[in-house]
Amino acid sequence: MSAAPVLSVRDGHKRFGAVHALKGVSLDAYRGEVLALLGDNGAGKSTLVRCISGVHALDEGEIRLDGDVASLSTPALARGAGIETVYQDLALFDNLTPAQNFYCGRELAFPKWLPRGLRFLRAREMDREAASVIDRLKVRLPRFDAPVALMSGGQRQAIAVARATVFARKVVILDEPTAALGVRESRKVLDLVRQLRDEGNAVILITHNMEHVIDLADRAVVLRQGRKVGELKPERANQQELVSLIVGAEA
Amino acid sequence: MLAEATRDPDAMSGTRASEDRAGTAAVALGLRLLSFGPIVILALLVLAISLLTPNFLKPVNIGNILAQTAVIAIVAMGQQLVILTRGIDLSVGANLALATVIGGLVFRVSDSAFLVILAMLATGTLVGFVNGAVYVFGRLPHPFIITLATLSICRGLALELSINHTTMRGMPAGVNYLGETSSLGVPNSFFVVFGVALLVLVMMKSMVWGRWTYAVGGNPKAAVEMGIPVKWVLVSTYAFAGLCAGIGAVVLSGRTGASSPLYGNLLELDTIAAVIIGGASFLGGRGHLGHALVGALMIGVIRNALNLLNVDVFYQMIAIGLIIVLAVEADVLRNHLEGRARTNQARAQ
Repeated sequence: MSAAPVLSVRDGHKRFGAVHALKGVSLDAYRGEVLALLGDNGAGKSTLVRCISGVHALDEGEIRLDGDVASLSTPALARGAGIETVYQDLALFDNLTPAQNFYCGRELAFPKWLPRGLRFLRAREMDREAASVIDRLKVRLPRFDAPVALMSGGQRQAIAVARATVFARKVVILDEPTAALGVRESRKVLDLVRQLRDEGNAVILITHNMEHVIDLADRAVVLRQGRKVGELKPERANQQELVSLIVGAEA
Repeated sequence: MLAEATRDPDAMSGTRASEDRAGTAAVALGLRLLSFGPIVILALLVLAISLLTPNFLKPVNIGNILAQTAVIAIVAMGQQLVILTRGIDLSVGANLALATVIGGLVFRVSDSAFLVILAMLATGTLVGFVNGAVYVFGRLPHPFIITLATLSICRGLALELSINHTTMRGMPAGVNYLGETSSLGVPNSFFVVFGVALLVLVMMKSMVWGRWTYAVGGNPKAAVEMGIPVKWVLVSTYAFAGLCAGIGAVVLSGRTGASSPLYGNLLELDTIAAVIIGGASFLGGRGHLGHALVGALMIGVIRNALNLLNVDVFYQMIAIGLIIVLAVEADVLRNHLEGRARTNQARAQ
């Protein structure tokens, strides 16, 4: 873990009309660390994550990347800044192959002097790169040239996570990556999360599964009603404490 | 299709495994059959009709079919792209009519084929651009209404602008050459179809733009999240469909040597039917050039055959309607089989 946080949110506020979704949340994420973001439904986890990934903008407060204030007003800007997000709905294109999914929106293409949309695809290069990533992450796919529609939930999740690993340079956010998966498929996805961390990313993991938190997370931040109510190192010994923080009961 | 998964030795075991394997193979076979379905049906149609009437396969008649199918095929390729992005363009027929009328008016003042063709292509593209721009920037929920509106506007404008509100005779020689003349025994309009097909093929397969149209059709929300300029992809798609209507206008007025505000009546339905019976998904995201071409050819073949066999025109309509139902059901079946393929995959893990 490096000394300075790669991502830090300072005193973030977000309102949706009358709803005050984030009430001054601060949070630091470090390279090579898995940070679990915990909280009950409506605690503000998703809002916080969407502010970091460029879907929403904070009303007050700031987000710093490597110490510099970052403007993350669109998803494209956030990704350009090195923040990858694996959305809960995966944001995959069912009609495209895994390689096409990987590069969708940032295709390798030429010549550079043409507007982006009129360039010609470097299809073989993209296929090759994507195949090597899939290989490196030990993801097993039935076929590399078949559309993602034909793949199982776990394989699709793996493709979405793998896509994030290709482009992540600083932060990877995973929103409930195992919610829809069986035990074996979950385990594979969690292996990918470890790999992301080992490659030096700051991983922010949203999950409701306490086992996964204790297993994987180096630190846990608990949100309740838009506020940070606790931050601790999750262990089996303090699991009860974590749960009480989440639901707001006395420990 | 999923053969490699089932070949994995540790994927499954025992008798359950062999059952699963058989199921997986059946699903894969079914999906493959469905993808070739339209071509097989077209081949069967051709075979059956050539047995019924010997005139069908004569070179002259084949030339006829190609010439008659050219306009539907060209406009269907544009429609195909629109449907690929989960849209629909109801205005292509009226747009084509307006383009011929504008071309006819330009011919009144100049007999330059270049200017007449340019006027038709520009009209088609402009109407398409308006469709796309109003749909996207007017934040309409669906392109159905705006293209219905431009259908009405274009048809009305074409009637208003055309001299005496009816067919205007005469086209420059160059336009007639493209629409009516044959080279090497093949109608020139076929070469126009071929040229447009080549262009569409390159755009869809080799260019970033084509990839983006698939992405927008496959998952519009994710396309935004992945940073694709979805709005411009949509506007350009409708503009291109309009351009195709303009090219169709050139071919049709070349073939008839005239322009008319009544041209292209119900062409929007023919082109939609062609795309769907050709095997593209009406739900968007699935489909390619071949679907539009095979579908257009199927419609051309059925019309031609029923003419040769002296069958009343309403039977043509019924036949095409039945094939549409078949095609939509095939799409439903394909979705079902893909679901099965997914569960088989999950079990094999």
